[in-house]
Amino acid sequence: MEVIGQLQKQYVDFVTSVYHEGFLDDQFLELQKLRDDSNPNFVAEVVSLFFDDSEKLINNLATALHQQVVDYKQVDAHVHQFKGSSSSIGANKVKNACVDFRSSCDLKNIEGCLACLQNVKREYYLVKSKLEILFRLEEQIMAAGGVVPMLA
Amino acid sequence: MESCNCIEPQWPADEMLMRYQYISDFFIALAYFSIPLELIYFVKKSAVFPYKWVLVQFGAFIVLCGATHLINLWTFNAHSRTVAIVMTTAKVLTAVVSCATALMLVHIIPDLLSVKTRELFLKNKAAELDREMGIIRTQEETGRHVRMLTHEIRSTLDRHTILKTTLVELGRTLDLEECALWMPTRTGLELQLSYTLRQQNPVGFTVPIQLPVINQVFSTNRSVKISPNSPVARLRSPGKYMPGEVVAVRVPLLHLSNFQINDWPELSTKRYALMVLILPADSARQWHVHELELVEVVADQVAVALSHAAILEESMRARDLLMQQNVALDLARREAETAVRARNDFLAVMNHEMRTPMHAIIALSSLLQDTELTPEQRLMVETVLKSSNLLATLINDVLDLSRLEDGSLQLDIGVFNLHSLFKEVTRLIKPIASVKKLFVTLSLAADLPEFAVGDEQRLMQVLLNIVGNAVKFSKEGSVSISAVVVKADSLKDPQAPDFFLLPTDGHFYMHVQVKDTGLGINPQEISNVFTKFAQNQSSLSKNSGGSGLGLAICKRFVNLMEGQIWIESEGLGKGSTAIFTVKLGIPRRSNESMHPFMQKVSANEVQTNLSGLKVLVVDENGVSRMVTKGLLMHLGCDVTTVSSSDECLRVLSQDHKVILVDVSMPGEDSYDIAVRVHERFSNCLDRPLIVALTGSTDRVTKGNCSRFGIDGVILKPVSLDKIRNIFSELLQHGVLLET
Repeated sequence: MEVIGQLQKQYVDFVTSVYHEGFLDDQFLELQKLRDDSNPNFVAEVVSLFFDDSEKLINNLATALHQQVVDYKQVDAHVHQFKGSSSSIGANKVKNACVDFRSSCDLKNIEGCLACLQNVKREYYLVKSKLEILFRLEEQIMAAGGVVPMLA
Repeated sequence: MESCNCIEPQWPADEMLMRYQYISDFFIALAYFSIPLELIYFVKKSAVFPYKWVLVQFGAFIVLCGATHLINLWTFNAHSRTVAIVMTTAKVLTAVVSCATALMLVHIIPDLLSVKTRELFLKNKAAELDREMGIIRTQEETGRHVRMLTHEIRSTLDRHTILKTTLVELGRTLDLEECALWMPTRTGLELQLSYTLRQQNPVGFTVPIQLPVINQVFSTNRSVKISPNSPVARLRSPGKYMPGEVVAVRVPLLHLSNFQINDWPELSTKRYALMVLILPADSARQWHVHELELVEVVADQVAVALSHAAILEESMRARDLLMQQNVALDLARREAETAVRARNDFLAVMNHEMRTPMHAIIALSSLLQDTELTPEQRLMVETVLKSSNLLATLINDVLDLSRLEDGSLQLDIGVFNLHSLFKEVTRLIKPIASVKKLFVTLSLAADLPEFAVGDEQRLMQVLLNIVGNAVKFSKEGSVSISAVVVKADSLKDPQAPDFFLLPTDGHFYMHVQVKDTGLGINPQEISNVFTKFAQNQSSLSKNSGGSGLGLAICKRFVNLMEGQIWIESEGLGKGSTAIFTVKLGIPRRSNESMHPFMQKVSANEVQTNLSGLKVLVVDENGVSRMVTKGLLMHLGCDVTTVSSSDECLRVLSQDHKVILVDVSMPGEDSYDIAVRVHERFSNCLDRPLIVALTGSTDRVTKGNCSRFGIDGVILKPVSLDKIRNIFSELLQHGVLLET
């Protein structure tokens, strides 16, 4: 019992800090709410989909930006997608990075875009690692037989 | 001598002498004969005469003596021997009888004499008895007088009447010349002539109280004969006549509290009045004992009557005083009631008057928030909104508190969803918390019932207040809310160790704990926290902007819900925990509880409406599509997802009630779907509702939405509650009024 309590506390603290640092926002919590008995892995599924999607998008962006003639519309569309996904997940910082990216796109500023892409990538990897840790913690709790605390 | 056989008298017959003798004898004889006749006659007449035998003897004696004298008549002249013999016989007989009588009389006469003495004795006795009867009658009359006097005296409770009546009646009964009453003055040093019988207006004579004669009278409870020359008795101008005898008696003026009927305590601190009675002058009347006794009795009665009169006066005075006080109290009560009513009216009016503008301000400010604003404007509007919310809260608090103080506040008991109450609270607090980067966690115990019976509104108010405080006073960290059902032996308020929680049938106690990592409270100030208007002294909280009322109201509400509330803190900077327990009811049957629940509740909770609802989700973004699908499935909808409008139209069927389209792609392509859907269902009535999912609700988007016939708009990011609300509203009204 103590172990579970400790794990839960650890989990809560971690989530608190992640939230605190702005990596995740309320949308993520909304997703958490959707996890129930009929759909225990909903969040995991969504998140893994996000990961895949994001990898693809990042690759696409990189490709698009390294073209000779940059098709800003295309870049914009990709960034838009990325923004959409990240906001659906609740990856706050990623979303913000995307917003910046879009303004650079509007300005058709290639340096800015590249910088933004780096930013976005960095944020994405950060949030990815955080989410992985989160999932590991959840697995630990569930393995110990406890219940993952519901966050509000 | 001849032989006439006569007897010659001895002496020579003198004619005259002879004749006188003859006549005397005759009369003697007559008398002798008549006396017995008289005797017999009278004895016969009288009833009792014990000596009949003596009478007979006496009669015989007298008859014979008469006979002798009668016969003697014949012997004056020559008479025959026969006469002589008769004469002799008679004489002999007479002698015998008279001797016998004489002998008899020796016995009789002492008796007769004693009769006489007895008679004398009896007469004396009778005279004595007469005298005594006279006395008794006098006494009885006196007694009657006393009774009448007493009756007169006691028939009135007016002091003056009592005294006047006393004097009058005494005067009448005892036939007094003058009767007067001397009362002690206020100072007690003098006696003042207060009442007299004959003189109508007594001139205010006073005599000092220390006179020996007065002391003499006051020292005994009997009536005392005093000299007519003493100052108290000199009531008339001195005249030539001999003043009558004077008697004086003391009349105790008793204090209300110490009178016992047969036991006048002999205290020198008593006050006495002096009653003086003067017999008529020149009457040579003496004071009889019974009269003195009468006077004493009367004096006592007067004393008693005066005490009663005094008591009555006292009680009348007390009663008047009480009546006055009563009137005053009544007036005060009416004034208080008026004041209370005025205050209530004021509150009611101000309630309405204050709330209406507040509502206007808040409503319009929030509407303003939703329009296009520059960042400065937005900031201003947010400030306005925040301030007006604060003000509204303050107004509510003040009004609530005054109602709470009254005791007129009653809980609105009803069935409500406990779980959703907590979620609502967290949802409400989240914006503020997220601004401050605070993390809010909620953990509800597994055995916490979903539905409970209680005052939902006020419980929410309490919760909001506490959670709001937790958020307000925390600059960083987290706020955790936990709710459990209390077992009988679990946590008790350390400050109220006598408070026992007894779960009864149909009720349970909920224990809520709100822990924050904020400023903390100085342990000494914890007790102050629940006091009205008391602010925390520390400078840290200077700009916290609390009115000081919130916790006081919470405490009252919690108490009304039969619970306790307290705060624990380890000190400044160490965070604090607010804990409260409330008593809630368990709804009798969950089926039953659903009905009132469903009637009164807002669109929030209408989950059942959405179950089985066929929704078509159109979204190009895979992640977003999945999230939306998850949300809708959680709501119980039957979700189909497509990633393009073409696919949508392919899959769309009559069964789909709602189409959720993500229109966040720039340009107008996304609205294409709406057009085509309208085209397809132009003839049918049950066209599926089209809801647009968009990242911004600016004018352009709104314009497009209305242009292309979109029924509703949802702002991304979507939350569970948002979707639920919107769908419910859509389905209820057929059109979405706002996001």
